[in-house]
Amino acid sequence: MTASRAAKSVLALSQQEELVDLPEDCPLNVSEDEEDSDGERKHQKLLETISSLDGKNRHKVAERSEASLKVSEFNVSAEGSGEKLVLADLLEPVKTSSSLSLATVKKQLNRVKSKKTVELPLHKEEIERARTPLEQEVFNLLHKNKQPVTDPLLTPMEKASLKAMSLEEAKMRRAELQRARALQSYYEARARREKKIKSKRYHKIVKKEKAKRALKAFEQLRKVNPAAALEELKKIEKARMMERMSLKHQNSGKWAKSKAIMAKYDLEARQAMQEQLAKNKELTQKLQVASESEEEERGAEETEELLVPDVVNEVQMNPDGPNPWMLRSCTRDIKEAEAHEDPEELPDPVAHEVSESEGDERPVAEEEILLKEVEERRSLRRRSELSQDAEPVGSQETKDSSSQEVLSELRALSQKFKKNHQSRKPKASSVSTGHQVQREEPALEEEEPLLLQRSKRVQTVEELEELEKEECSQNQEFLRPGLKGQQLERNPNNLPNAPKEKKKKEQMIDLQNLLSTKSPSVKSLAVPTTLEEMDDEEERDQKQMIKEAFAGDDVIRDFLKEKRESMEASKPKDVDLTLPGWGEWGGMGLKPSTKKRRRFLIKAPEGPPRKDKNLPNVIINEKRNIHAAAHQVQVLPYPFTHHSQFERTIQTPIGSTWNTQRAFQKLTTPKVVTKPGHIIKPIKPEDVGYRSSSRSDLSVMQRNPKRLSASHKKQLKKNSVD
Amino acid sequence: MKVKMLSRNPDTYVRETKLDLQKVPRNYDPTLHPFEVPREYVRALNATKLERVFAKPFLASLDGHRDGVNCLAKHPKSLATVLSGACDGEVKIWNLSQRKCIRTIQAHEGFVRGICTRFCGTSFFTVGDDKTVKQWKMDGPGYGEEEEPLHTILGKTVYTGIDHHWKEPLFATCGQQVDIWDEQKTNPICSMTWGFDSISSVKFNPIETFLLGSCASDRNIVLYDMRQATPLKKVILDMRTNTICWNPMEAFIFTAANEDYNLYTFDMRALDTPVMVHMDHVSAVLDVDYSPTGKEFVSASFDKSIRIFPVARSQSREVYHTKRMQHVICVKWTSDNKYIMCGSDEMNIRLWKANASEKLGVLTSREKAAKDYNQKLKEKFQHYPHIKRISRHRHLPKSIYSQIQEQRIMKEARRRKEVNRLKHSKPGSVSIVSKKKKHIVAVVK
Repeated sequence: MTASRAAKSVLALSQQEELVDLPEDCPLNVSEDEEDSDGERKHQKLLETISSLDGKNRHKVAERSEASLKVSEFNVSAEGSGEKLVLADLLEPVKTSSSLSLATVKKQLNRVKSKKTVELPLHKEEIERARTPLEQEVFNLLHKNKQPVTDPLLTPMEKASLKAMSLEEAKMRRAELQRARALQSYYEARARREKKIKSKRYHKIVKKEKAKRALKAFEQLRKVNPAAALEELKKIEKARMMERMSLKHQNSGKWAKSKAIMAKYDLEARQAMQEQLAKNKELTQKLQVASESEEEERGAEETEELLVPDVVNEVQMNPDGPNPWMLRSCTRDIKEAEAHEDPEELPDPVAHEVSESEGDERPVAEEEILLKEVEERRSLRRRSELSQDAEPVGSQETKDSSSQEVLSELRALSQKFKKNHQSRKPKASSVSTGHQVQREEPALEEEEPLLLQRSKRVQTVEELEELEKEECSQNQEFLRPGLKGQQLERNPNNLPNAPKEKKKKEQMIDLQNLLSTKSPSVKSLAVPTTLEEMDDEEERDQKQMIKEAFAGDDVIRDFLKEKRESMEASKPKDVDLTLPGWGEWGGMGLKPSTKKRRRFLIKAPEGPPRKDKNLPNVIINEKRNIHAAAHQVQVLPYPFTHHSQFERTIQTPIGSTWNTQRAFQKLTTPKVVTKPGHIIKPIKPEDVGYRSSSRSDLSVMQRNPKRLSASHKKQLKKNSVD
Repeated sequence: MKVKMLSRNPDTYVRETKLDLQKVPRNYDPTLHPFEVPREYVRALNATKLERVFAKPFLASLDGHRDGVNCLAKHPKSLATVLSGACDGEVKIWNLSQRKCIRTIQAHEGFVRGICTRFCGTSFFTVGDDKTVKQWKMDGPGYGEEEEPLHTILGKTVYTGIDHHWKEPLFATCGQQVDIWDEQKTNPICSMTWGFDSISSVKFNPIETFLLGSCASDRNIVLYDMRQATPLKKVILDMRTNTICWNPMEAFIFTAANEDYNLYTFDMRALDTPVMVHMDHVSAVLDVDYSPTGKEFVSASFDKSIRIFPVARSQSREVYHTKRMQHVICVKWTSDNKYIMCGSDEMNIRLWKANASEKLGVLTSREKAAKDYNQKLKEKFQHYPHIKRISRHRHLPKSIYSQIQEQRIMKEARRRKEVNRLKHSKPGSVSIVSKKKKHIVAVVK
């Protein structure tokens, strides 16, 4: 492969040599420029060697820069002086301005003659000859790092990469690079410009936006990669600790002290101080609350463990990878790298996933995306060629600082997020289920390539179902997919069985199950939100209870109904004076004509507006007359138990106007009537029908002795029968 | 052609004679009488106002005693005859219809402590500070005869009260002990004591005639059964009871006039809780007497007023007072339920109407009907605020009025203190005692 590439490049060189008569001035195509870079380099080398021939060190610092047009075979340029070198100048005899100079020139020429002719290119040894110890050291260093010694443009790796690329690829790459560089410069310029903006308001807005974005990203992360999100939370906690330990924002600094003096008179200073304190408070505010029940916690952990994909674990092994954004891109990179390494093994859905996740980040500015892509590809290229160890770390380090900045904002926003969480949760879950469904379908269709992923999903369900130990052991296997692969290779006999089982289980899985398994993980992730959630739940419970208790009576509706009724009742009524059958036929089923009705209907005038017209929660009884109320009974009098009783007694008239004479007399007879002039003697037992008991018994006995005897006989009979 | 006409028989509407009542055809359909309640209300209001307008209860003052009137007695057979004993030992017999004293007897030296008539009305008994019980003939002595008692019993101790049995020739006196005497004997047939304090009054039960009640100055009311040798039971109150009176219509009910301004109506079967506590007086209640209907009683008080209480209510329905009436010592409700007599410190016996606005004399049937109707209307609308206010409105002497105000404040303070104590003590540690039970110290059997 490499050989063929080399051949190609050679061919390209030969082609290039043919293109001679291209005018220098015309703007070169970028690709063309790239093409003849090799030739240029050669030329430059030659020039250098020439310049190094004379004793004076013309210190042209070797720069690693883009191949420029300064050096070309078509026009020789003088390095130090800005003017062009013309052939005629060179051919002209040296001015004999002074004898001394002549002599020196002669000497030089002699020296040249005495020396051997220099072959081109120079031998390596000659170039690398280290004259001074310092130089030696430098050379050593350069050798070690495989840095170019003579040709400063490209490292051997780069060269190799160039070699490895086809021309087309190279062209592409170059174009990309250029574009990226341009973009970067734009970006930087813009950043600088923005940084220079003095408007506080603008910065505030920007900050807010940034924070929002961070929050969003965090949410996304939480959804996609819970472990990383947890890590993030931990980081926040750590930051809080740091803040608490430090004296920052405690109004103890020099500035703060000066402000404190001013604060008494200056409102702004006071505000600044307060802001400081508020910031401190915000930073030291505790986020995480330990979940209350142990069981719940443990369960959450388990599910988490199960739900966390392997990729995440890999990432956690990285020493400094807590930045979730970085993590994700990193993992993606790794995945991609793997994909490049072995494209046959690469499962399609993974790529699909990546694209999905990328799709999620649409809102991010396009430039950033581009930059990221460039960065990614660069890292990709490096990794494909180099050993994988050093590269990603460096890239992460660069981004770490930015992540630190984001952190504080994130923390602040997580509070807000907590509030939003309640409403968002169901949405999130639905999204997740959507993912699940999407994933499940292809899994069912094609078993073979999806073994890895499927195993992951089965884990969760298995956990739920609590299968036998055997399966538990399987579980453990699944936790280490690498091992699993080996095992599968080792005993291929098991292979057909395993997928079958899995397939069965999968069929048993339904959406509900998936949902139920998914939800706890989400909960565990949003630990700070749990407490509030529970509070809300309690409240809801209470409300529910109250609702249940008063299920029957809808107070508000009743009230409204009552009000409507009272309004209706208070409205003046129309008077209908139609006489059916007057002037027309009347009878059963015949109604007076509408014309007539209209004529004899006296419309009631609109009454004055109700007093409670504008008071929605009030019914003002306009019928109540305070003057009349003074004459009415306020409290239900003693012997009555209900007001209706009392009202009834009042409603029944006792006067002779409304009653017949007899009824009137009956109604009005007093309870006790005494005759004037008659002595009322104390009551006697005889007056109320009392008699002494013994005597009454006797009388009874005497009055019906026969009957008693008969009954006596009966009783006797009964006794005998018994 | 036949023409149909409306025709009426004049017999249906023309009076036969001049005295015939006009026939008034009436439709009693309630829908035709939408304003019956307001009309009746107005009538009730008017009746109430008229009642107050005509409320002139004071009838007569019988003067002639030369000292405060200490005791009164009704004649069991004659409504017009009243006997009174004064603090100077004089007994006077009055004719109420003539409002004159018909007889005067110097019965005792010192106070006449008690006076009672025999159930047949032929003689009466007096007890005085001179430790004697004297029986007198109701009729005056014949021409030239000396005014002498029929019998005189000289006791060992001072007798403070006397009452005659309602059916049998027995009488009971009280002093150091309760003695029951046969009229024919000079020694008591039975004497009962419970405690050592002097007994102020003794009363026979008018229905269950063998029952007696007495009240002593050691704050207790003792009940006796004549058939037993020992007293039945006693109830100890907060303060001394001056007299008791049995309800003539309910055998077990009696009312006690207490020194603590209240009257207590007891059911003798359950003495631990009075049936009702009557409290309107502002000073010690000295005497009480039931109306013969048993629905009301009248009480005489040291606060120079007499009050009429319904048995079932704690508030009095009526208060009588005059400017000249001093501490009322004795009071009686006449047997026809029409009048009230009271003897007071300032030597007069006053006659009051039992029903303040009642018209005296014969009433026509229409008047009676109107009276009944008005009475009913007042009853019906008695809870209406204006009617209530008017019917309850009384003028009181300043002393009584201010006393009432003062006592209201005191009562309120006591109540507040109780409430506060209850509020600030451990729940359950302070027991709430009802108003009725509060004044009962103990019941002993």
